[in-house]
Amino acid sequence: MTTKEIFEKLKNEFNDDVISIFDDGTVSEPFITVSSKNLIDIMLFLRDEKGLMFDYLSCLSGVDYKENFTVVYNLFSIEIQHRLTVKVELPKDNPVIPSVELVWRSADWHERETYDMYGIIFEGHHNLIRILNPYDWEGYPLRKDYKTPEEYHGIKVPY
Amino acid sequence: MGLLDRLDNPYDVGPGILLGTVEDLLNWGRAKSDWYMSFGLACCAIEFMAVNAAHFDFMRFGTIPRPSPRQSDFIIISGTVTLKMAERIKRLYEQMPDPKYVISMGSCSNSGGPYWQNGYHVLKGVDRIIPVDVYVPGCPPRPEAFLEGMVKLQSKISHQAIFRKRQNMSQEDLDAIHNRQVEIEKQFQEFQKVQQELKH
Repeated sequence: MTTKEIFEKLKNEFNDDVISIFDDGTVSEPFITVSSKNLIDIMLFLRDEKGLMFDYLSCLSGVDYKENFTVVYNLFSIEIQHRLTVKVELPKDNPVIPSVELVWRSADWHERETYDMYGIIFEGHHNLIRILNPYDWEGYPLRKDYKTPEEYHGIKVPY
Repeated sequence: MGLLDRLDNPYDVGPGILLGTVEDLLNWGRAKSDWYMSFGLACCAIEFMAVNAAHFDFMRFGTIPRPSPRQSDFIIISGTVTLKMAERIKRLYEQMPDPKYVISMGSCSNSGGPYWQNGYHVLKGVDRIIPVDVYVPGCPPRPEAFLEGMVKLQSKISHQAIFRKRQNMSQEDLDAIHNRQVEIEKQFQEFQKVQQELKH
């Protein structure tokens, strides 16, 4: 199925929660933007609906655009051999999004990494702690306004 | 015929005497049987595995990988040292028995390497936490470069003083050692005090 067909199918099912599609022919992978309100239902629909069957979450990542945080889901269907990119935009002052850990188990560590780097809170995640940085690390390193610390546990950090 | 005349005579099988100092003998033994800690960090560790494999055969230096820092003579910092790892490396180094040596392998552990500017999580040179004996440059270094570093370490070990170290030291170094001992004693006494208070 093409992204446009998937978008129409989703629009029929969820109306306003499915916001837009970006497919101007210039990008290799078009994407659908949805709202975070009804996310779990949308993801379950994408996973279980006949003709969609996105049974594999290839990647989950975060982006810091200047005006918002964005979580990107790269889905793949092993059954039908087609792929889809879903984006969710979050406000900068309160980046909270439902966890899709119970939809695809592979989201577990991906969500922890996104939390570690951007500070995006995944509600419903069973163990949302830092995965790469030390547990007592301050700040979220991949945010655009992040400043490199002067020292860590008495070790000087800058060159 | 005296003893020295028999040394250079190839036709005399004799008792086989070599003359030298005990220090030379001990250093020869130390330099030729270095055990290292089996420990790798990043892509330099892959190159180090090539050093270990049949083609470069690291064991001909008399080295044996040890799984524990308590049995090792030297440690190879092979790769990027993150701040999270730095504390663990420091602890591993402290667990090694003296005399101990460090080879810093590759640009990352020498100076931070490609992460020197923007690496918020990278230690800019492992010599910020532990003393380094040999630096091997490269990103990553070829196995030949690492072998050169190993030769350098061996020559360093074989020229070190074992006996009468204090006589050859400067007064500054002796004072520093004395001050350190006093400090350690103070810390130990405080520790004992705290322990006794906890008992009561």
